[in-house]
Amino acid sequence: MAGENGYIVDVKELTKKFGNFIANDRLTFNVSPGEIFGFLGANGAGKTTAIKILCGLSSPTSGEATIAGYNVYRETEKIKQNIGYMSQQFSLYEDLTVYENFRFYGGIYGLSRKVIRKRTEELLHELNMEKVKNRVIHSLPLGWKQKLAFSVAIIHQPKLIFLDEPTSGVDPITRRQFWEMIYKTAQDGITVFITTHYMDEAEYCGRVSIMAEGKIKAIGSPNDLKSQYDAHNMNDLFIKLVRN
Amino acid sequence: MINTAVSIKNVKKTYGEVEALHNINVDVSEGELFGFIGPDGAGKTSLFRILVTLLLPTEGAASIFDMDVVKDFKKLRRILGYMPGRFSLYQDLTVEENLNFFATTFGTTIKENYYLIESIYKQIEPFKKRRAGALSGGMKQKLALSCALIHKPRLLVLDEPTTGVDAVSRSEFWDMLGNLKKMGITVVVSTPYMDEAGLCDRVALIQKGRLLSVDTPQNIMNGYDEDLWAVRSKNIYKLIEDLRQLEEVSSAFPFGEYVHVSTPPDRINQKMIENLLEKKGHDTVEVKKIGATIEDCFMKLMKN
Repeated sequence: MAGENGYIVDVKELTKKFGNFIANDRLTFNVSPGEIFGFLGANGAGKTTAIKILCGLSSPTSGEATIAGYNVYRETEKIKQNIGYMSQQFSLYEDLTVYENFRFYGGIYGLSRKVIRKRTEELLHELNMEKVKNRVIHSLPLGWKQKLAFSVAIIHQPKLIFLDEPTSGVDPITRRQFWEMIYKTAQDGITVFITTHYMDEAEYCGRVSIMAEGKIKAIGSPNDLKSQYDAHNMNDLFIKLVRN
Repeated sequence: MINTAVSIKNVKKTYGEVEALHNINVDVSEGELFGFIGPDGAGKTSLFRILVTLLLPTEGAASIFDMDVVKDFKKLRRILGYMPGRFSLYQDLTVEENLNFFATTFGTTIKENYYLIESIYKQIEPFKKRRAGALSGGMKQKLALSCALIHKPRLLVLDEPTTGVDAVSRSEFWDMLGNLKKMGITVVVSTPYMDEAGLCDRVALIQKGRLLSVDTPQNIMNGYDEDLWAVRSKNIYKLIEDLRQLEEVSSAFPFGEYVHVSTPPDRINQKMIENLLEKKGHDTVEVKKIGATIEDCFMKLMKN
């Protein structure tokens, strides 16, 4: 379900200050259901601050934002129930088995044992990883863990998933397999909100925004932005926008 | 005659059952900017820790400027600069205190070797009274590089200095490495970003503890042994699926806005690919023959 005007992420003039420092400066953008939205920016541009607000973990200083129709000031618990989150840093419990991780996260989201069992089977089947169900996470290769972490993050069938540098450090083939999973997820109707430092991955997004110094410098489809700024590719575009 | 800076002979490293490095052989010449390119878990950090005398190889030997990494570790540590992957400076010391600490440890002063770090340190000098823990990612990286350089090492070893760093800061960091090379410092660096390979004199592609290839980036790219095409149409995901079903196609992977399609040499031409795709309902197809990038080569070597 989306907000009043059909957007799953609807942000207006969103501002976050820490003392005198303006981490997010009047961000305005929206994301439609089923989109793959790339949230790009320089280090320290304010991406993490904004994502924390959109996930219901931090309150804005001013401005408005709704996630799946829920208000980021007042309905943060509702937001958390309706989103999934995956980052490279925090993904799975290394000393639990694959199934125990699914059961743990399913439990956190309040799913019944029966639903958890069914969802785990479905998700492992899609990954072709039924065989590793009882393996301990730390014994698995990184690429497998990344895919499992993604599945765990959508166990409760969220409306929106936040992926924070999900492909960082994985090999080039696994990175591409991961993007195929992202595409499938978006086709199933889950909105994908993703950050990455791989500029070729920016091309795989339906639309991207590029942040620098707390502001959104540009937003649009990769092709529109490249022609608008006369850039050869996304890397070129990024450097043009962030340097100036 | 060019001196050998780093010599790695049959180095193997195992942790219990896990073989992190499988018989690694590489030489790096003095003055080279040499890159180890590979994903997480390839063995880059294990290899670097062996080089900087922090880890013993299970088998084999390595030497740096003819000094053995095991027997001569004390001498070696004086001429090595090491920037580990994880930020390892003192978070509760200020920028200046950290730099001073490393200079003093090596019996030198900031002033003596300031010329080496000037262009890097200048950018963080306005914050020299700030604690290292309170710096932004980019500033931490510059401080760590300054600290690794302040004793004027002959060999600088950098473990994934650009991981998680944005495209602009990455390109600035590589400019700094280029300058250090000009000052005569041998640089060994690792990265998971394939596009950074082109910025090195020579690279070793590494995966699961094995070297896939060691050469100049240009030679590796020239050595791609199939025809490669960049293909584009409106529906990129249907395009990939359709391409993978063609028997002439060895692999099809998305590369930004194009799909890179590998086919056995002289098996198929541009027109034939266009026709095959048009039959599958792709109307606006663009096909062009291209040279391989390092990432194409890496993926090909991974599959072999």
